[in-house]
Amino acid sequence: MTGALELAAAVRSGERSALSVVEDHLGAIEALDGELHAYLTVLADAARAQASAVDATVSAGGDPGPLAGVPVAVKDNLCTRGVPTTCSSRILEHWRPPYDATVIERLRAAGAIVVGKTNLDEFAMGSSTENSAFGPTRNPHDPARVPGGSSGGSAVAVAAGLAAVSLGSDTGGSIRQPAALCGVVGLKPTYGMVSRYGLIAFASSLDQVGPFARTVADAAALFDAVSGHDPLDSTSLDRPAPRTVGAVGEGVTGLRVGVITELVDGVDAEVVAAVRAAAESLAAAGAVVDEVSIPQLRFGMAAYYLIAPAEASSNLARYDGVRYGLRIEADDVEAMNRATRHAGFGPEVKRRIMLGTYALSAGYYDAYYGQAQKVRTLIIGAFDQAYERYDALLGATTPSTAFLLGAKVDDPLAMYLSDVCTVPSNLAGHPAISVPFGTDAAGLPIGVQVLAPALGEVTMLRVAGAVELAAPPRAVPKLVAAP
Amino acid sequence: MEPARHLTREDAAYVARLARLDLTDDELDTYAGQLAAVLDYAAEVAALDTEGVVPTAHPLPLHNVMRPDVPRPSLERDEVLGAAPAVEDGRFRVPPILGAAP
Repeated sequence: MTGALELAAAVRSGERSALSVVEDHLGAIEALDGELHAYLTVLADAARAQASAVDATVSAGGDPGPLAGVPVAVKDNLCTRGVPTTCSSRILEHWRPPYDATVIERLRAAGAIVVGKTNLDEFAMGSSTENSAFGPTRNPHDPARVPGGSSGGSAVAVAAGLAAVSLGSDTGGSIRQPAALCGVVGLKPTYGMVSRYGLIAFASSLDQVGPFARTVADAAALFDAVSGHDPLDSTSLDRPAPRTVGAVGEGVTGLRVGVITELVDGVDAEVVAAVRAAAESLAAAGAVVDEVSIPQLRFGMAAYYLIAPAEASSNLARYDGVRYGLRIEADDVEAMNRATRHAGFGPEVKRRIMLGTYALSAGYYDAYYGQAQKVRTLIIGAFDQAYERYDALLGATTPSTAFLLGAKVDDPLAMYLSDVCTVPSNLAGHPAISVPFGTDAAGLPIGVQVLAPALGEVTMLRVAGAVELAAPPRAVPKLVAAP
Repeated sequence: MEPARHLTREDAAYVARLARLDLTDDELDTYAGQLAAVLDYAAEVAALDTEGVVPTAHPLPLHNVMRPDVPRPSLERDEVLGAAPAVEDGRFRVPPILGAAP
């Protein structure tokens, strides 16, 4: 499969037409997506039209953009004007947004082609993509297993070659965890680095949009295309975003990297072995590597599962049957609100709304939500201390490789624990990336996570590039587009 | 703090009412049990000594964001209203907000 940077170079030089690139990917979707179900909507006609426009620009000698002709899949919680944007929820099943998310506009400006909208856990709440109202997505390495979540469709589209790169969103690990389980690269940027305008809100102080790719360089290229200040997002960082694609091959000589004890303790032995091997390869490549304990990270999970549902319960109050989405009629407005939300939300969304409402309710606010916010402060402080001694940190992305469909659906807490290694970076607002590094005995991919302080994307990508270079050959998915 | 495991169906019904969410009795029982499990897991955090720790609501220092007071296009009204379940005279239509007079 050809990567995004390689495709863009071929299209820009006129060696390949964007239309032929798009047709190849539409063919792969046609052949494989019946089984994988990565996509909720395929935008075949729009993609062909956009590809032809790119080809016309190339023919006319114009600049078609750095990602010219690159097929991109987009998580279905990113608004696309006039195109269904469901969040995998019945409540938005028939809604068509009246505007595009900023990242969609930036993709188009870069010459990339949006080929479709991908499946997710409803409102991005989940770690397996089984919470989609429209059916699960399957892992291309073993279709009996989950792809992870919540951005499972975006991870699978890239892993199986149904797109060159994709966008997801990461509130507690929803890019990095499925990337690890599907054997691709997944990057969560620093909070505020990528616009959230048009990203349907789950937990606003944690949500961040980021790329999936098959290589670290492709992930960096997509990050470069969509990052940077956006006046339409009041939490967007008002400073130039770093250009990262050049950093990937710079090497790690002299960088100080710490392996986080708490991000390998309690993790499956084969995953720990991969993290240790990645650490050794960084040392061999010239980094100074040792181990660091950050005990406060042990409290991250509990803090996250109070803060994220609390913010979600507030954000999802907007689905009231008035301005958009589903309405179930009733005699008065409150009964209509309650009936609409009962019919429109699935079990996990209801569970999070209940949990968050409880954590914010009178008598429990201080003990749960207030306390979780203080723990958030402790975690940020502990990271800050660690980053006085280290340029980047290393750990597992997930406690295990891909689990079987259905294995955790009846035990929400067990499902939540899939995020134990990823939530600390969201609480801190820091960037982190998962890079494939070998497989378990069953041949399922393992992801190693590189963490960096706020605005540390360049350093993080240098480390990620070195990890990728040292990684064993990738597992080839069972379900994958023809080369 | 009451141990979370004592969460009852009535507690769950109260929370559901706050969240404007109709739930069946079965759902209430299920969520009461599952919420208790998560809150038990969080008990360790709830019990931490955080005396003097300032809470973090957001990873960035938030401040008001201003833009020049210049008119610019907004969303197309027809497109926005077109997505609503019910409209009348260019506005969103809703059922009665107040119940029948007593």
